Amino acid sequence: MERKQPKTTDCLETISLKGLTLAPSQVLGGVRLVPVLRKQVREDLRLTKRPYYEDIAAVQIDNKTAYYSYIPHAFIADWTNDGSPAVAYGTQIRSNKSTKTSDGTAHDLGFMTARVMKKMRAREDRNRLRFLPMDVSMEGFLALHFGGPDIIWEEYSRKAIRDGLSPRSETTIPGRWIKGLEDALRVFEIHTNQVGSLVFVGDALASAFIVSHPDDYRALHETLLTDDYGELLYYYGLYAQENGLNPDEIDADRVQSMKDLRTEVARVRSDWSQLHTLMSDNLLGCPVRYEMVYRMGPFHLQRFMTELNPKTENHIGESIVRKNGTLEYLKTYRLSAAQCRRAYLLMQLADSNWSLDACAEKLTCTRNELIFRFEKAGFGYLFHRHVLEEVRSEFRKQSWH
Amino acid sequence: MTDGKVQPTEREQLRERCEREDVIMFINSCFAATRQNEYYTDLYRTSVSIEFLHRYVLINYRLLYARTLAAGINHFNQQQIIFNLLEAGAPADTKQRTEEGALIATALRKLPANRVYALFVRLQQNRVNNRRTRAVIKSYLAWRREPEFDAIKYRNKYRAAAAHIHSRLDEELGLFLFERSSQKSFTTPLLNQYRQAQYSAAAIYELPFTVAESLAQKHQIPRDVFLKKIEPKMTAAEKLRLQSTAARTKGVEIEFDLSRAGLTKLALYILSLKQSQRAARADELQAALKAAADKALTRAPLSLGRVATILDRSRSATGSREKRNRPLAVALAASSLLRRAATEYRAFWTPAWGENSFEFLTHAAGQTALAEPLLDALEWRPDLIVIVSDGYENDPPQLVDQVARVYRDAIGKTETPEIVHMNPVFDADHYAPHRLGATIPTVGLRDAEDIPIILGFAKFTAGTATLDELEQYLALRVNRMLNSDGT
Repeated sequence: MERKQPKTTDCLETISLKGLTLAPSQVLGGVRLVPVLRKQVREDLRLTKRPYYEDIAAVQIDNKTAYYSYIPHAFIADWTNDGSPAVAYGTQIRSNKSTKTSDGTAHDLGFMTARVMKKMRAREDRNRLRFLPMDVSMEGFLALHFGGPDIIWEEYSRKAIRDGLSPRSETTIPGRWIKGLEDALRVFEIHTNQVGSLVFVGDALASAFIVSHPDDYRALHETLLTDDYGELLYYYGLYAQENGLNPDEIDADRVQSMKDLRTEVARVRSDWSQLHTLMSDNLLGCPVRYEMVYRMGPFHLQRFMTELNPKTENHIGESIVRKNGTLEYLKTYRLSAAQCRRAYLLMQLADSNWSLDACAEKLTCTRNELIFRFEKAGFGYLFHRHVLEEVRSEFRKQSWH
Repeated sequence: MTDGKVQPTEREQLRERCEREDVIMFINSCFAATRQNEYYTDLYRTSVSIEFLHRYVLINYRLLYARTLAAGINHFNQQQIIFNLLEAGAPADTKQRTEEGALIATALRKLPANRVYALFVRLQQNRVNNRRTRAVIKSYLAWRREPEFDAIKYRNKYRAAAAHIHSRLDEELGLFLFERSSQKSFTTPLLNQYRQAQYSAAAIYELPFTVAESLAQKHQIPRDVFLKKIEPKMTAAEKLRLQSTAARTKGVEIEFDLSRAGLTKLALYILSLKQSQRAARADELQAALKAAADKALTRAPLSLGRVATILDRSRSATGSREKRNRPLAVALAASSLLRRAATEYRAFWTPAWGENSFEFLTHAAGQTALAEPLLDALEWRPDLIVIVSDGYENDPPQLVDQVARVYRDAIGKTETPEIVHMNPVFDADHYAPHRLGATIPTVGLRDAEDIPIILGFAKFTAGTATLDELEQYLALRVNRMLNSDGT
């Protein structure tokens, strides 16, 4: 993926919750949901959901590339340029009979159904955009160094040189599989001015979802269940315990009057917000690599990726940002450890001009170890067979000593 | 020892505390628990939890277990206690046996008949057939005023109960229950009516509503015709229940006197209406709530001074499918009751939105934030603060308890108002209604009508009373229950 620098500077450098506050979390089992509240709601950007019922969807990215995924729904964004209220009308009208719609063609293949779409993002009207949530950023993530080696070093297999890393695939876990998430979403008490949620599984940030209008959030709350999650979170869900988490209690020494007590209550409330910000410090306030995806009037649709450090949490995601930098829409996906490792290795290799020796030196390991790491990460097909065999025999020999 | 009393050892103190807490937890749960889905816990977990609790208390504190029948607990738990006592067999101690027997008989007679017959069937299915069980069923059947009516309305259950104890029935009743097809006609009018109704659509209107309903289907009587003609035979509860279905049937209006319904039932009915209907009939409904509250208060008098309530209308107050809107209805009914019982009254609904002129125009949504309303209530300086909530405080968690504690320690000192948390929901994981914290005593609450009893019980959950006092309290209630007119 080439990094295009946007012309304007109103893209996000870090993800910050400007104009948003975090309310105290609600916990059920191992799942913790943190409500995100918006003080000032502007009505000029509305999101709605358009469900798809096909088992798989294929999206043509460019002439040579296609993206296949299970896509439960698309988001429709309606906006106005002058800040007047936008009404999400018309998105409710769906035709179920005709298989060919503006969203591509639905095919019934007998054993499964499929939908073929022309574009990831399609402008459906002057002020309406259809896009596939998370797939926008997942596509960006998959496209990372998709082309394979730029310089043909002798270790690389013919297939790698011919096709690059095609096809690259990643597996995710549907929200339904995460233990307790369904119940937690069901019993969750949505605040009046809530526009989003941070989802924690086993107190690790799994996903953040923020929209611009409380009504939209109420309608889209359940989509958190059909979303994708990294497979790591599935295991977190299995082993997670209900954790009590409390900021400092009210300090009785500082309370003399009712007014003091009120201040202390307000203090505890703001402590909760800080606590949750701290818990999501691998997403909020972290430097991100961003890419502008679509310009929609006063808004920008962009995708981002945190720095791929295999030692910490890494998120990919997408956001819609207003010109003044306010976050209007955010959806993130936490990469699982294996996904981080793969992306990290690829990135290191690309940064060293696809030279194995240079990369090994950079990562302070031997060349053989590096190749072994690549193979373990699932990129064995990059290398010539004889290179892999050599590495294996080296390791076999070593193990006798 | 100087005062001549023997101080209890540490071991005894611990034992006393343990026993007291067990019994209080049990009684508290018996106010709220049923074998039904709740908002936060499902049917399976609730039933495992409550059945375990019953068994535990039965085995460890049998005397107190039986006496709980008199504590004003809900019907489901009374039924459960009677079943367990009968299954366990009579105790050897004569005095205890007599008391238990009297309690069972009295409690049975106060239970609704459908629950009693369901209990008999359960006894039969579990093959509980000791001498005491047979005697209990026999005396209950003999006590019923119209056995023919019961035999028609609860036909299968009545037959099961009668067969289970080998009861000698009245000859016609026996034929009706066991050999109906062979009998040409009955001399008892009701039984004869039932026989005729099998063949004639015109004859069904003398039967009880629930029996006639199924026969109406058999005779394919249109619903509106049936409802119109059967109306005089309907009970008040049936009329209330059928209000909404009747409204959907064209041309039928079931005349119903709102003032006859109980307070919590009425609140449930009001909440089942559409918002627009509620607004249109506001004055009528308000008057009915007031009348129901007054009626409840004449039955169990209560007079209080300045009272503030904190009423939870968060999303979880919608309850479950079986208990739709129940927590909200209890809060609404409690508000109406306390408003009439107090000299000065203020209600703080949470989450606070624009105040409606009528409380019943509310609906459940949003988070549970109890801390700020408590602050508002404390500032108003009442004598008593009642919190009606399911206890799942989440915005933020455990803050209301801190506010109450710090206020008591730092500001209110001795003038702190009494704070009671009344919880209509059973929490299966903790075998008791969910607590708000250590400072605020929590009591289970079935119906708002029980508030006078519950306020009396609250001092035990606060942990200030001793086991002796609890035993005395229960003995007193037992005495009152057995010696009031045993109808």
